[in-house]
Amino acid sequence: MNKKILCMAALILALAAPFVAYPVFLMKLLCFGLFACAFNLLIGYTGLLSFGHAAFLGAGGYVMGYALTTAGLPVPVGILLGVLASSLLGLVMGALAIRRQGIYFSMITLALAQMVYFAALRAPFTHGEDGLQGVPRGSLFGLDLSNDLVLYYVVLAIFVAGFALIVRTVHSPFGQVLKAIKENEPRAISLGYDVDRYKLLAFVLSAALAGLAGATKTLVLSFETLTDVHWTMSGLVILMTLVGGMGTLVGPVVGAFLIVSLENRLGDLGTWLAGVTGVEWFATLGESVGVVTGLVFVACVLLFRRGVVGEIGALVESRRRLRVRRTLPVSRADGSGTPL
Amino acid sequence: MSAALEISNLQAWYGESHVLHGISLSVQPGEVVALLGRNGAGRTTTLRAIMGLTGRRSGSIKINGSEAIGLPTHKIAHLGVGYCPEERGIFASLSTEENLMLPPVLASSKGAAAGMSIAEIYAMFPNLQERRNSQGTRLSGGEQQMLAVARILRTGARLLLLDEISEGLAPVIVQALARMITTLKEKGYTIVMVEQNFRFAAPLADRFYVIEHGQIVETIASADLNARMPVLTELLGV
Amino acid sequence: MEIFGVPLQALMSQLLLGLVNGSFYAMLSLGLAVIFGLLNVINFSHGALYMVGAFLAYIGVTQFGLNYWMMLVLAPLAVGLLGIVIERSMLRWLYKLDHLYGLLLTFGLTLLLEGVFRSFYGVSGQTLDVPDALAGATDLGFMILPNYRGWVVGASLSVCLATWFVIEKTRLGAYLRAGTENPKLVEAFGVNVPMMVMLTYGFGVALAGLAGVLAAPVINVTPLMGSNLIIVVFAVVVIGGMGSILGSIVTGLGLGVIEGLTRVFYPEGSEVVVFVVMVIVLMLRPAGLFGKEK
Repeated sequence: MNKKILCMAALILALAAPFVAYPVFLMKLLCFGLFACAFNLLIGYTGLLSFGHAAFLGAGGYVMGYALTTAGLPVPVGILLGVLASSLLGLVMGALAIRRQGIYFSMITLALAQMVYFAALRAPFTHGEDGLQGVPRGSLFGLDLSNDLVLYYVVLAIFVAGFALIVRTVHSPFGQVLKAIKENEPRAISLGYDVDRYKLLAFVLSAALAGLAGATKTLVLSFETLTDVHWTMSGLVILMTLVGGMGTLVGPVVGAFLIVSLENRLGDLGTWLAGVTGVEWFATLGESVGVVTGLVFVACVLLFRRGVVGEIGALVESRRRLRVRRTLPVSRADGSGTPL
Repeated sequence: MSAALEISNLQAWYGESHVLHGISLSVQPGEVVALLGRNGAGRTTTLRAIMGLTGRRSGSIKINGSEAIGLPTHKIAHLGVGYCPEERGIFASLSTEENLMLPPVLASSKGAAAGMSIAEIYAMFPNLQERRNSQGTRLSGGEQQMLAVARILRTGARLLLLDEISEGLAPVIVQALARMITTLKEKGYTIVMVEQNFRFAAPLADRFYVIEHGQIVETIASADLNARMPVLTELLGV
Repeated sequence: MEIFGVPLQALMSQLLLGLVNGSFYAMLSLGLAVIFGLLNVINFSHGALYMVGAFLAYIGVTQFGLNYWMMLVLAPLAVGLLGIVIERSMLRWLYKLDHLYGLLLTFGLTLLLEGVFRSFYGVSGQTLDVPDALAGATDLGFMILPNYRGWVVGASLSVCLATWFVIEKTRLGAYLRAGTENPKLVEAFGVNVPMMVMLTYGFGVALAGLAGVLAAPVINVTPLMGSNLIIVVFAVVVIGGMGSILGSIVTGLGLGVIEGLTRVFYPEGSEVVVFVVMVIVLMLRPAGLFGKEK
């Protein structure tokens, strides 16, 4: 019951948001939120740490951008092609990476994503270091997307659709098997599940949604750069999920919001800190995104592994247990009676 | 002379799981005691708790008079304890002789002889000498068990904790192990053994403790063994 | 003289460069393997610590007037010390958890270290002069050998083989090998395993720091030099597996040579050839060439 109210509240906030904040900034938040949710499908629910998810973000973005600029295709086709490209890439990368377990899996995804980076660097259509510029907003089913407000609601719809797909997947029988694989893979195998098939499917789905996020982001920002395929972006999405809460549905979104906002405001935060503490070096914080990201990473891994939503969830759970314990009958003095 | 091993109200946990609920026992130097009980009763856990290999522990464990409850595992070993785990723990990446030479000689027991020399060990276990350059895990089950015990004899440990050494071995080997325990007892070693095989432990131990649900429920001296057999049979389901 | 249309000198020169790179791959993957064996942690910050080693050499020579030979000893020591601090204060708390957290922590440390150095040195490179004793070149007849490069390959190989010897043939190495299999039992024998873990991590990263000092005169010293390298080293490790010391060395050198040869015949491919080899190995022999999969 509580959940439904929270959902409603979130939706209302989302609908009203562009009237109080920059629509482009909000759209960036939504794109990264979807990206993080897609990533979380693998780590939070299947237990696979992909260290190369930037490849899918970038693939979706670059293909979409190319489709709209050079090929002059309409927006929905462009998005579809972006998703297709990232899904195919996910199929290939996943098939290779799944051949190894645990830490090797992560290293393989990193190495393969690095290949994608070099491909993007060298491929003529991406324009390398300059990036793919001038992606037109175009129109969608007659709606003029060059209007930020209109585009916002379209992006919100895409986000909600993607998020809903993830929620459905997690709660479906397929999702249950994924969770089983995460908790105890040998057990799942002994129960007769073709684990590799499930892992690959989850990988492709995750890649597809990440590609969707990338394609949408390119539409919003009208350009695509190598930043989106660089390994630091892969690290960033891990951080977003960690900060927000791995294995929770809403966590990655919260984490994405926090990290993107932090990056945006880092310069101002630095100047404020410099003023308050008198330490000049803080003023350079705006350029030292890496230092701050690294610090947050280290702090989270050591002290804050459950992330924001995870911690809130744990707090709610312990309160609930306390309440339940108080309402159950106390066991009788002679030792018999139902234990608590 | 202080007890070789004095345990008072030992409680132990594996994470959240409370596995030992207050073990108390006392072993004098030169004694051999056996911990009996059904699977999962807490016998292996007791040995591990002595070595500090479980989670949280509380209570008191005195080894030759020194309190060991708060010590890290490697310091406990230095008090003169040798631990032979159930899975034997022979290292695959080491040869037989490397396995044997691995544990450092402990500058432990006051006055007692330092660890057995390599020559003495090979005298006691000639088949290990034959196989000294073989990879540790290529030895037969019985040979590996001998190696596991020989290893801790080298350290100079006078208190030996042996976990299920007769398990899964051919009767002829088990007899050899029994002879080994007798020899060690004659040499003055103190031994605490966890044994599933009652027939193996019966002629060797001076005292038997039966453990159930992490507590000692029965203590039987060797002399009273025949008289208390019915109790034992019921507890062990033998 | 020409081979496949390439002048011999050019071929030999690229091969040598390949061996130089291969030496770094070998040293870094060796350190990674040793750390992973005992700690079960993939040390992402290996690349960053290699960078720190290079920068320490640069700073020591240019700002403190120390010479290259002193830095060859001091820089790895300093990096090793830094490693010990990292292990003691941070890594130690993660051993009980899923070993992915170790990877994430060291990843965060990488960002931190690179960010700090970037804020002081920007992204442009610094160069360190080749020490006088190693300057110049030697004419070997079939090729001209730049002395410094020969030194790098020789020194790296010696260090790698010395490490192999210590691990496989000495008592200390036996503790390490046993500790990799069953650390709790080794501790039950009275060996101070926590200290061994700490020193192993320090040693592993000191190797990376040493590689950094060796690299400083030949490679552009930038804050990002480590991360580009570490990703390739990961591929090397996937190809070779982490179970065998000799395997890591051979794989590292071999891939360096392959990379060098690719640069001769197909320069654009040299960036990704190691990854391509990884893909091939994954398809044909998933467990890796020398792997004893954990």
